[in-house]
Amino acid sequence: MIVEKIFNKWILFFLFLIPILGFVFEEPYYITLTTKVVILGIAGVGLNLALGYCGLISFGHAAFFGLGGYVTGILSFHAMNSELMFSWPFVTSGSSEMLVIWPIVILLSAFLALIIGFLSLRTTGVYFIMITLAFAQMLYFFAISWPNYGGEDGLSIYMRNSLPMVNTMDPLTFYVICLFWLLLVIFISAKLINSSFGMAFQAIKQNEERVKSVGIETFKVKLLVFVISGTITGLAGSLYTDLNRFISPSVLNWQMSGEIMVFVILGGIARLYGPLVGAAFFIVLEQTLGSYTENWQFWLGLILILEILYVRSGILSLFEKKLKYEK
Amino acid sequence: MTSILFFEQLLNGIQFGTMLFLMSAGLTLIFGVMGLINLAHGSFYMIGAFSAALIASLTGSFWLALLASLSGAAIAGVLIEIIIIRRLYRRDHLDQVLATFALILLLSEAVRWCFGAFPLYLDIPENLNGTFPILDEIIYSKYRLFIIFMGLLIATGLYILITKTRLGVRIRAGQNDRQMISALGVDISKLYTIVFALGASLAGLAGAMIGAIQSVEVGMGEPILILAFVVIVIGGIGSIKGALIGSILVGVTDTIGRIFLPEFLKIFMEPASATSVGSSIGSMIIYILMALILIIKPSGLFGKT
Repeated sequence: MIVEKIFNKWILFFLFLIPILGFVFEEPYYITLTTKVVILGIAGVGLNLALGYCGLISFGHAAFFGLGGYVTGILSFHAMNSELMFSWPFVTSGSSEMLVIWPIVILLSAFLALIIGFLSLRTTGVYFIMITLAFAQMLYFFAISWPNYGGEDGLSIYMRNSLPMVNTMDPLTFYVICLFWLLLVIFISAKLINSSFGMAFQAIKQNEERVKSVGIETFKVKLLVFVISGTITGLAGSLYTDLNRFISPSVLNWQMSGEIMVFVILGGIARLYGPLVGAAFFIVLEQTLGSYTENWQFWLGLILILEILYVRSGILSLFEKKLKYEK
Repeated sequence: MTSILFFEQLLNGIQFGTMLFLMSAGLTLIFGVMGLINLAHGSFYMIGAFSAALIASLTGSFWLALLASLSGAAIAGVLIEIIIIRRLYRRDHLDQVLATFALILLLSEAVRWCFGAFPLYLDIPENLNGTFPILDEIIYSKYRLFIIFMGLLIATGLYILITKTRLGVRIRAGQNDRQMISALGVDISKLYTIVFALGASLAGLAGAMIGAIQSVEVGMGEPILILAFVVIVIGGIGSIKGALIGSILVGVTDTIGRIFLPEFLKIFMEPASATSVGSSIGSMIIYILMALILIIKPSGLFGKT
């Protein structure tokens, strides 16, 4: 584990180094790319809590990612057009203030995760996988067929939402905002995992019956983990909309759920920095393979299959094994 | 007028349902016998459709194309089972989900490599073109009737295969107790390959038959795959009977819901918003149905608890 910890420090080092290099050499593209990695990393950190630590195989986290994205897009769309969102039951206007948008995104993502979790957690195993998938698809089809916010074409916002005192349109500033959230959610995850609540949900992954038998209401524990997990992923969706200044139903698609899952698995399941490493690996792969061949997803698929069949516990596990040999 | 429209849409729903059954029967068999959750099942649907389109363009015969869809998907199924899927049976569901997800990426890109990104078209044969008068006023597309007929034929065939033949006995035994039947000397890995190929070929046939109505393109399998998941969740995973009833239920609810919900809402709302709200909810209606069924029966209508 020591080697992994050192590796984690290197990751942090690179997270600070790359954008600085991008700034010095005036290559904002790399800052944007790293920002994307960080945001997808946040989404992965969210899923990792449910999937990695509690064993809840959610194949529908795109629902939260997309919800966060759409809430952000819709709020800022209304703010820009100075249209009211609702005139009933109470008057609400849009907002382009991140400090207003974030709490709304967090609340709504948590609420959605509460509903989906409440219904899905009645089932286990394959049923759970498919139901979470189905709920995400439901939102996907809703977003496609709801014409008010662009439907299939998606919704553009022309300016990033704003934060007091800083210029969010500046790539480096926006990167720092995303990095702040990443470090915060990793910090929260670490705290949670080591709390007694964390012990409970990690124990559920191992053996739910035993946890029940010591008097813990496992349904409530799982539901809470699912809500926290969905909320974090929802927040990532909000940042993602701001990054691209665009949101379309494709982020709600099942492929997005699969990709978030891939980040978690590729990096190493139930490891704090795993999703970030996975997301970074994914984006680097997309950029490098994508520049050689249009069919880069073929190679991605191949690498994934080989990883699952032979490596099994993610990129970070490669650094763990070294230690065992050194002993 | 409305009753004719309703009857037509009901037939459309049943036609959609029978195709869903071809997909979900394979999925549910593969899960029931091997315990494998196979996301790549939609890829066999696509492979079937592309094999059919290829043979149709070479020979011009629709019937040969249907045959090609069955055999093309079956061959792909056997190869993929032997090379990859076989290693996943003992893994947990997470590994299966990811590996088959990766397989979708791989197969979709491979097909795009071979056939290009443009959709292909399959022609309906002459004698199935046109319409057929069912009753005085109700005329219905011959080809869609043919699809319903094929679906029923295959459902009957599957029923006979599973209840009356030696292979069926083995499949049922495999669903009940995998270790026991391998202990009794049944070549379990051969049985697995056969079941997988059977499921793949049914999906391939569905792909070819739907490909003739819509278009044959990369990514055509995934939307229907997810519907097939909804079907087997509703019907109970592992149950072929559940897959049949679930398919018809989903097919009919989806078709009727999309058409009639906007009309129904027009009673309460102004037409423009009724159309948009109705079509949005109409596209979600089967998921709502699924949620309702799961609240009442968490393991589906015919699932084992």
